[in-house]
Formats: sequence, structure tokens, C-alpha cells
Amino acid sequence: MNNEPENRRQTAEGGADGIERGGVFEAGNADAGINADTAAKDAGSYSLNDDRRVKVLSPGAMVARRFFRNRIAVAGLVILAFMFLFSFVGGLLTPYTEDQQFYRIEYQYKEYAAVVENDEFRFAAADGQSYTSAIHAQFIRALNSAPAASAAETPASAGAAGIVKPGAVGAGSLTSFTYRDTTYYIYRDGEDFYRVTLGNGTVVGIEYKDIISSSIAGQRLGFDFQYGALLAKATGESAFSVDGVAYALDEDGLVTRDGEEIAFISRYVVNALSPDVFISRAFQEELQESLMLARENGEAEFLFTDEAGETHEYVVRWRPSYANWQVMQETETRTYDTYASPSRAHWLGTDRNGMDMLTRLMYGGRVSLIIGFIVEFISTILGVILGGVAGYFGRWVDNLIMRIVDIFYCIPSMPIIIILGAAMDAMSVDPQVRMIYLMLILGFLGWPGVARLVRGQILSLREQEFMAATEAGGIRVSRRIFRHLIPNVIPQLIVSVSMGIGGTIITESTLSFLGLGVKFPFASWGNIINDVNNTFVLTTYWFIWIPAGTLLLMTVLAFNLVGDGLRDAFDPRMKR
Amino acid sequence: MRKYILKRILLSIVIFFFVMLIVYALMRCLPTSYIESIARQKSQQPGSKSYEEWMAQLSAMYNMDKGILAGYLGWLGDFFRGNFGDSWYYTVPVIDKFNETVWLSFVMGLIAFFFELIIAIPLGVIAATKQYSRADYAISVIALAGISLPTFFFASLLKLLFSVKLGWFDLFGLVGRSYSQLSPWGQLLDKGHHLVLPVVTLVVVSIGSLMRYTRTNMLEVLNADYIRTARAKGLSEKKVIYHHAFRNTLIPLVTIIGGSLPGLFSGALITETLYSIPGIGYTSYHAMVGGDIPFSMFYLAFLAILTLLGNLISDILYAVVDPRVRIA
Repeated sequence: MNNEPENRRQTAEGGADGIERGGVFEAGNADAGINADTAAKDAGSYSLNDDRRVKVLSPGAMVARRFFRNRIAVAGLVILAFMFLFSFVGGLLTPYTEDQQFYRIEYQYKEYAAVVENDEFRFAAADGQSYTSAIHAQFIRALNSAPAASAAETPASAGAAGIVKPGAVGAGSLTSFTYRDTTYYIYRDGEDFYRVTLGNGTVVGIEYKDIISSSIAGQRLGFDFQYGALLAKATGESAFSVDGVAYALDEDGLVTRDGEEIAFISRYVVNALSPDVFISRAFQEELQESLMLARENGEAEFLFTDEAGETHEYVVRWRPSYANWQVMQETETRTYDTYASPSRAHWLGTDRNGMDMLTRLMYGGRVSLIIGFIVEFISTILGVILGGVAGYFGRWVDNLIMRIVDIFYCIPSMPIIIILGAAMDAMSVDPQVRMIYLMLILGFLGWPGVARLVRGQILSLREQEFMAATEAGGIRVSRRIFRHLIPNVIPQLIVSVSMGIGGTIITESTLSFLGLGVKFPFASWGNIINDVNNTFVLTTYWFIWIPAGTLLLMTVLAFNLVGDGLRDAFDPRMKR
Repeated sequence: MRKYILKRILLSIVIFFFVMLIVYALMRCLPTSYIESIARQKSQQPGSKSYEEWMAQLSAMYNMDKGILAGYLGWLGDFFRGNFGDSWYYTVPVIDKFNETVWLSFVMGLIAFFFELIIAIPLGVIAATKQYSRADYAISVIALAGISLPTFFFASLLKLLFSVKLGWFDLFGLVGRSYSQLSPWGQLLDKGHHLVLPVVTLVVVSIGSLMRYTRTNMLEVLNADYIRTARAKGLSEKKVIYHHAFRNTLIPLVTIIGGSLPGLFSGALITETLYSIPGIGYTSYHAMVGGDIPFSMFYLAFLAILTLLGNLISDILYAVVDPRVRIA
């Protein structure tokens, strides 16, 4: 009974069309009402105006027929079916979860050490003597003011002097300086190696540029040893003895005692960047060789296996701004696999958090579709109830409800949602709760349109005879509205819901795009595209945002196409 | 007619009152840490009043110390007296910031609207006159695609294609780097150049609904009896469509176009934000996200007035354009 008007009209139309166009059924462009196959098969057995030729379809079946004849609408339906499979089934099939992060091992050159070629004098005080940095400063000044000619004095004369013999005060000295009433004499013992003595020839300290470092951790090198070793190095000798012990010195600056390695002399200072790194002798030696190469090529690489047996690659590079050599160690770092390109493991790559893009898209589709449906559900329920009541009762009820509708129509919804979103940000609402709020807000702002639609339809429907019949039948009011009036509005409602879901998905994704809608860790097509705010992503990583945008566009388009097709199918009057 | 208009205006005022009441109540429920932070800032200046005193003064200034209804009436009174307050986010009077930005949005909206009209209406008419042809399907799908296109995605695509790949336009902003060195004419051109992508975005995104509206109305008119009569008279198809049908299609079109004119001032919130065009939409987006209550309230009131004005204009136009409509 409730479907009477619709039913009658469509049946009549179907029948009429069928008879008129009986001859062109095989051509496949039958307009309504008759199953072409049946008609073609049965055409022979019934006379032309036999009623049995006309197969009467239910209104629903006719709508379906009209809908499925509309190719574009069917395309929309197919897309929708795909989207649902993709989002809901795809999420089950994918081996990853929504917020599973992936790592990759990256080889990075990390700064390991810095090498400086020492070009400043360092000093060491002799045992029991005081040779302070103030004296060191005086030494530098005296050396700089010393005549250039004498600085270039042949090392032979001074160098051959070896251990100082007592003699004339200051004899053979390069120059001298006085500090705190004490006169110090400087002797040049070799290239960049000076000995500072008192007037009586007592060695107070030495000044040197080559640096001697112990090969054995914890071993302290005495002054005499240092002096002896450095002197040997400066004068180019290959052996020396300190306190009666013989030491050998090779060309690389390695000091050995009976073949055992004691110390190492080098012009380079190697500073480890991290305090827990001990620069071993072997490493320094290795480094020294590379430095020679690096001097020629500007850069050198070498492999070194440390005591723990780990082999790393090292790169030595000259850094002009620091005036030092930078030693970089190649290390393995485990990082989030961000913005990985599409591969077999990740068909659409990974996003900025190292999560699988395809999986995120599937879960994002779920979120977008579910939000679309729930929001439309809320606003449709509200709209149907209020619109139905307004339309049925009329008068002041109608007036009141319609003014409320006017008010809600006038509320600028997008700014309001943005403000609420920002407020939820400020209150740091939990992402899940936030999603629920979002749905409620969108649903609550969306009902006035539905209410207007329902009211308009009901205003005309309630004047029809079948409503008089329900009144005569004594059916109670709520049943009259919701059982007899509303079902007649359902076609329009379905169309409005279908288009409304599309609109809601756009609104939701726009909000998520602005960072005010669905929040991480939940995925939504909008917040996936949000990454394009980073211009580098926009230009470089198409796989981050193009697929999400395309899915979004296709889904909304499909909802609109289906809605459009349904509208045509429900309302064939628009067809000529 | 005058009585009808008067009645509509009065109704609009009532609606405005309640809309802003809802908006105000919402705003009052937000955490208003902004006032507190301003008070804290001011109280820390040397020789200043204490935090509590500043807090009390600022709350009184923004009607925050009263209940929601009283506060709302206070705000409404200020609003109608033209006292819109100072923007918290921009630290200038709201009305100054508004005047500074609204015209840019209007110009942008107007250009976009113009293109929309000259593209959508002819296409809608073509689609209707050739219903179920290929052209009709193509136009319908394009219209639906335009409706379905999320602004931000389309804008990103345009940026990728025209700004990054082709390098024709800048990614963001209204003016180029060398703007200040240009002649006045050059500055105008520079601005125009930067508005191309936003306008294209606006047109494409909003063209669909007007196209569909035109098509639907044209179809309705084409099914009318007087068109059959015109055909029966033996008029040429051209005359039937452009003389008889199109003129009648204009009735609903003019009302909807008139109704959307005030909306040109409202600014394109999303598009302006995407392209960083400092129009009213972009300005208020930042004000809203930044919790700037005076500016947000003003903007929302402005939008509500524009909507009501649009409805009013379209209702009146409908009555004026179509003599068949008799006003109750």
C-alpha cells in the first residue's frame, strides 16, 4: 500500500513502452518493463496484444534494470566495489599492519676522528725542572726574533753536538732569552726540534713538533725517553739509547726495543671524536699511509680491521675550513625506511614514518569510507525524523523545525570544524576519540539538507489518497509517518546519501589534509596526502600522494556516479 | 513585494541572532588560553599591573567574565556598533585586517566566478540539448569529476605540473621575489600571474555544480509544453533552444547566480591556504587555528551575513525575474 503511487505509475509506463517498442527488443535498447530475452523467446507463442507478453516487474527490479543500463553508473558501482574490497578485504590480506614501521640499514660515513698536522711547538719539561707555558711563550718569541740566517744553520753543526757538553755559557746556542732573571739558551738540535738549557747547560725542556705517543695503553713515557726518541727522529738517526737501553727507530717513526713496539712518532695528531674510541697504533699507521695518498688525491680510502675483528671502511678527506683531515668511518645505521621507492616488498613504497604505503592506503580507505557512512547515517536519521515530523504536522511544528534548519544551514560549517579541530589539537584529544567527535560534528552539521528534502516530499505525499486511507484505518501517527510516508521518500534519500557520502569523504579528507581531522597513527587518505606540504615530497615522491589522491577522487566520483545513476533510475520522468 | 522583503529581512535577522548564539557558545567552550597568555605577557612588563588585574581587564574587554548569554549580547552590541575588537593573532584591529585582505579574495572570487559562468552555462546547455549523446556523457562526467575533485589534491597536481615540472608559476604566495622592484603595472601583472593557479583550481572545483544545474534546468524547460508548441510551429531548432528554452533556463540561473554574489566576499578558505594567497580565507584560517576569538567571531558573523544575504537576494530575484511566481 505504501508504495502504491510509485508502483502504479511505473507498471503502466513499463507496459506501454513494452508494447510500443515490441519490435526492437533484440536491438537491446528496450526502455522499461519487459525482459528482452523472455519477450524475444515468447514472441511467437503469444499474440501481439496478449497480456502475458508483458512481464510486469516489481518497482525495485525496474529501478535495478534502469540503473544497470546506465553504463557510467555501473562503472561507478564497479569502482565502489573495488574500493570496498581494497579497503576492507585488502586490509586483511596485506602482510603488514596499519602502523608497522620498517627499517633499513644505511651505510653512513660518520665522523670518526680528526687529524691535524701539528705545526706548533709543543714542549716537555725535563725531570725536576720547571718549564712552564710562560717560558714556552718566551721561547716562541725568541725563536721568531732569531736571525733567519741562523735559523737555517746547518743541522750538522748543532745536530752533531748530540748530548750537550759543558763549555762556554751559551756557546753554540741559536739565541737566548731571559725570563724572571734567568737566561735560557736555545739550541737547535734538528728540524723543528729545540733544546732549551740554562746557562750551566742543564736541559730544562725541549720544544718539538713531532709528536710521540705511547703504543701501549697506560705506559708513561719519561722525559729522557722522549728526548732521546725525538732527537733521533729530528736528526734522522735510526737508533738511540736512553739509560743504557737501546732503542730502534724506523723511517715511519716507530720506536722499538728488541723488536717490541714502544712508541710512535708522528707529525700528525689524531683526535678521536668520541672519547671512548682508542686510536690504536695499527690504525694510526694505516692512517698515515692514507694521508700520504690523500695529500696527492685530496681523498683516500682504506679498510681497517680493529681488534674486535670488525672491518670498516674509512675515508680521509682534507677539510679546508677546519684546516684538518677528517677521518670518516662507514657505519651501519638502522633507520626507519622512510620514503622508500616502490619495490617488491612495498608495492607503493613507504611513507615518512617508514610504514608500508599500500597498507596505509587500505586502512585509510577504511577510515574514509566508515566516516562517510557513519556521518551520513547520523545526518540522515536526524534529517528524516525532523523532516518527517515537520512535513507531517505542518503549522507551527513545521515552522519551528524549518527555522532551526535555516539556522543550521547558515552556520559556516567548514570554519566551525576547523576551529573545533584546532581546539581538539590544543586539548590533545586522543586520536580515536577525536575521530568519533569528527563524525558527530559532521553528522550534526549535515542533517538540515536531508530534513528539507524529506519535508518537501512529505508535504506533497501526505495529501495523497493512501494517506487518507491510513487515517481512516486508524493507524497511529508515528506509524503513518515512518511506515507509510518515509518509505516513499527512500529513493530520494538513497540518492542524497550516496552523493552525501562523497561530499563527506571530501570534507573529512580536506580536514585531515589540514591536520585537523583524522590524526596519526590512524591513516586517512587526506592525512596521507598531507605530506605534500613538504615541497620535496611533492616534487620527488609521487608514490606518496598521487595514489592516495587518485583513490580519493575515484571513490568520491564513484559515489556521485552511482547517486546520479540512481536518481535517473528512480525518476524516469526526466528521460525523454 | 515590499512587505515580503521586509519579512524576509526580519527573519534573516532572527536567524543571524541564533546562528551567532550557537557560534558564540561554541567559542566560549574552547580553552581560551590566549587571554591568559596575553595577560601573563602584559603582567611581566616592568611597572605593570598584576596578572590577575590584567586577566580581569581582558576578560571584561572580551565579555568573557559574564555568562554565555550576557557575554553574547555584549558581543552582539559591540558588533552592531561597529566595534569588532582587536585580533589576537595579528595584533591589529580586526576591521583593519579585514579591509586589508577581503578585496583580494573578492577579486579572485570574481575572476573565478566569471570563468565559471562562461564555461559552465554553455556546456550545460549543450549537454541538455544533446541529451544521451557522447558530448552529454563527457560533460556530465567532467562535471561530476569536478565536484568529486578534492581541492587540495587538484592544487597539488597543478603545482607539480605547472610549478615544478614546467616552472611557469611559483609554488606559493601572491607576489614574486622581485616584486618591490617592479613598476606599478609590473606589480599588477606579477599578482595576476600568481593568481592563475588559484583561480584555475577554484574554477575547476566549483564548475561542476553549476554545469549540472544548468543541464537539469535546461532539460526541464525542454520538456515543457511551450517548447513542444514552439517546435510544432516549425521554428528552427536554434530559435527553439536559444530563444525559447534558454531564456526560461535563465530564471533559475539568475536566481542562483545572484544568490552566490555575496559569497564572492567570503574567500576561498582551502584554496587560499593551499597557495598562501593572503586573502580573507587564508587570514582567517590562521586566525582560527591560532585561537584568535575576536577575528574568528567576526569572520563567522561575516560569513553568516553573506549566506543570509545570498538567500535573500536569490529569493527576491526569483520573484522579480519570474512573473509567474506570486508571493504569498
